[in-house]
Amino acid sequence: MVPPSYYLILSAVLFAVGAAGVLVRRNALVLFMCVEMMLNAANLALITYSRALEDVEGQVFVLLVMAVAAAEVAVGLAIVVSLYRHKATADVDEHDRLRDWVT
Amino acid sequence: MEMVIFWVLAAVAVGAAVGVVAQRSAVRSALFLLVHFCCLAGLYILLNAQFVALVQVLIYAGAVVVLFLFVVMLLGVERAEELPDLRRVQQIVGGLLAVLLLAGIAWAFLATGPGPAAAPGPPSRWSGVGKAGSVQAIGAALLTAYAVPFEMAAVLLLVAIVGAIVLAKSRLER
Repeated sequence: MVPPSYYLILSAVLFAVGAAGVLVRRNALVLFMCVEMMLNAANLALITYSRALEDVEGQVFVLLVMAVAAAEVAVGLAIVVSLYRHKATADVDEHDRLRDWVT
Repeated sequence: MEMVIFWVLAAVAVGAAVGVVAQRSAVRSALFLLVHFCCLAGLYILLNAQFVALVQVLIYAGAVVVLFLFVVMLLGVERAEELPDLRRVQQIVGGLLAVLLLAGIAWAFLATGPGPAAAPGPPSRWSGVGKAGSVQAIGAALLTAYAVPFEMAAVLLLVAIVGAIVLAKSRLER
């Protein structure tokens, strides 16, 4: 039996790696992948709690999170495609039209 | 034995996650993401959540990664990201912030999370997590206490389908 805290630490590590990816990478597709990894890290924590508390509700939450994540990927990738159509790059730093009012 | 499987899966999952972040090419990132999702499915099985593990493989490893790969192919072969010197600073600061975040989350988990000998809490309405028929318990919970969120998820998916089609439709066709 692996202690639940191991799973929780693993979840924290995966979440931090995903957050680092969002902070470091500039490709919109890779940013989406990193967001998915962060959602999965949260799912892992929820399932760990579900196991530790012997309660199925955590797994119900995970299923709902997966539904939301699937919807998010569908809409997000459509946004990336239309951004790419607007300016032929997936680099998020290039899509800065709304930033101009600051400078 | 369980410990060995856990360590192997955890190491591969973290390695694949780092691979997603470190790979320059988006296709390779997507393939690392596939490995990552499969490892998480294995961890879910270790945690006695077989149904969620199955859904993980079907939805994430099946649908989401394919969708990512499809969009990568649609947008053409990804040029390797150029990383000018200016962004080195961003990388270092981003990495430091992530480490800080990790410390914060780990502290929160270990300070408040259930220890190995945590009290099981109030007697659960949905017993049977540990049993093989865990699908039955999930279904019962989803269709009784969580019926409203369940139906709202269906509506959300419909909205997402319509939204994705509207967004991805080319302007010329309108």
